[in-house]
Amino acid sequence: MLEIINDYWVYFLIGQYPNGPLGGLVLTLLLASCGLVLALPLGIVLGLARVSPWRWLRWPVTGFVFVVRGLPLLMVIFWAYFFLPSVTGVKTDQFTTMLIALVVFDAAYLAEIVRAGIQGLPRGQMETARALGLDYGRAMRLVVLPQALRSMLPSLVNQFVSTIKETSLGYIIGLAEVSFIATQINTQVFTKPAQIYLILGLTYFILCFGLSRFAYWLERRLARRGISVANSASAPKVSA
Amino acid sequence: MPLFDYSLLLTGKYHDMLVAGLWLSLQLLAASLVLALPIALVVALLRLSPLAPLRWLGFAYVESIRNIPLLAHMLFWYFGAPELLPEGIKQWLYAGHIEAYSAIIALSLYTAAFMAEDIRSGIRAIPTVQFEAGRALGFGFLGTMRRVVLPQALRVTVPPLISQTLSLWKNTSIATVIGVAELMYQAGQVESATFRSFESFAFASAAYLSVSLAITGLATWYHHRFPVRTI
Repeated sequence: MLEIINDYWVYFLIGQYPNGPLGGLVLTLLLASCGLVLALPLGIVLGLARVSPWRWLRWPVTGFVFVVRGLPLLMVIFWAYFFLPSVTGVKTDQFTTMLIALVVFDAAYLAEIVRAGIQGLPRGQMETARALGLDYGRAMRLVVLPQALRSMLPSLVNQFVSTIKETSLGYIIGLAEVSFIATQINTQVFTKPAQIYLILGLTYFILCFGLSRFAYWLERRLARRGISVANSASAPKVSA
Repeated sequence: MPLFDYSLLLTGKYHDMLVAGLWLSLQLLAASLVLALPIALVVALLRLSPLAPLRWLGFAYVESIRNIPLLAHMLFWYFGAPELLPEGIKQWLYAGHIEAYSAIIALSLYTAAFMAEDIRSGIRAIPTVQFEAGRALGFGFLGTMRRVVLPQALRVTVPPLISQTLSLWKNTSIATVIGVAELMYQAGQVESATFRSFESFAFASAAYLSVSLAITGLATWYHHRFPVRTI
């Protein structure tokens, strides 16, 4: 096992870079970070639409969220992989395809976290803001959303953990992230599949366990400050 | 050439392939669910046990499974684990549908970790006086659990378990990675055989969505039929 680590750790971490495209664990982290950063604004917009008082906005977005949440991520990736090139006319690489699939998928889940965060606040917050003369948009932007977002912080870290796990599905479209690289190493070494996949599992574990402990710590810290944390029962988690 | 070829989906060889895929997906769902539930219950009880080493064992199980993507589990159970077995068993396994068994093992172990947490928080939602009263009446730990706490916890636990079942249903698609001929795999096969990607993916999406909606509907029905009682 140590021999494998010794021989392949650079390949495992960064893929063929700098002699080829970036890959490995660094690509996994890059993809997960970009995915979450891009999905967050979209998720907030969709979440606001989900609680909006206007039906023409609420219904289509609710429909979209339900459809995406009813499909496996793999299905979303397949659609993106086969239809992005024909729609945009440009041949999209695996990274962009995976990124777009992740952003669409995660935004639908983040929308539910945002919705739970907003609905978890006491109604008095919105009513007071309106009574003070703020219009709906400002009351949302200046009063409700900042509080809701703060209480969502632990959920966001958990979402990042989910996103890291989701990037592993890039494997199926040949994206050189860490699971794909592990399989490449497996075909080269050939005799030690159990060890290689154990190392892969351990890598994910260290990363995700560390982050989820951080989320737990944040949650407790926010709770001590008297900020009610978005109810995790109403903010469902992804488990890809 | 019609824009959307329904006939491809309604009859013929490709229709049969897609339906066979859907059927196998549903079988994966059923088999994994049946295996996951008892494992989840045992792990939840371990995590609540009065003995610290047992609690640690439960914690280690849940955290080590939940923090590794299902894909890595599948790869391990398909490529890695069989190599550790003795030669005779290995030959026997490779003669059968090893990919489906690997997928079921990965899916049920993975789902059990999430379900264990739901069962545990359901049990913890029952006031401790219920447990203490059970013990005071002379029941042991397991007796109190079985006769007093678990029946009450069931109402709180079933809704999150149904939503884990929904996740399990979506996760069955990942089995395609190790070559299980389930719905996603068949959709890919039909796509590459006919170049009718829109039709085959539309079929798969509609099938995934319908089952997802049915599971969501079940959750809503349960919520109305068995509302959580507050004491």
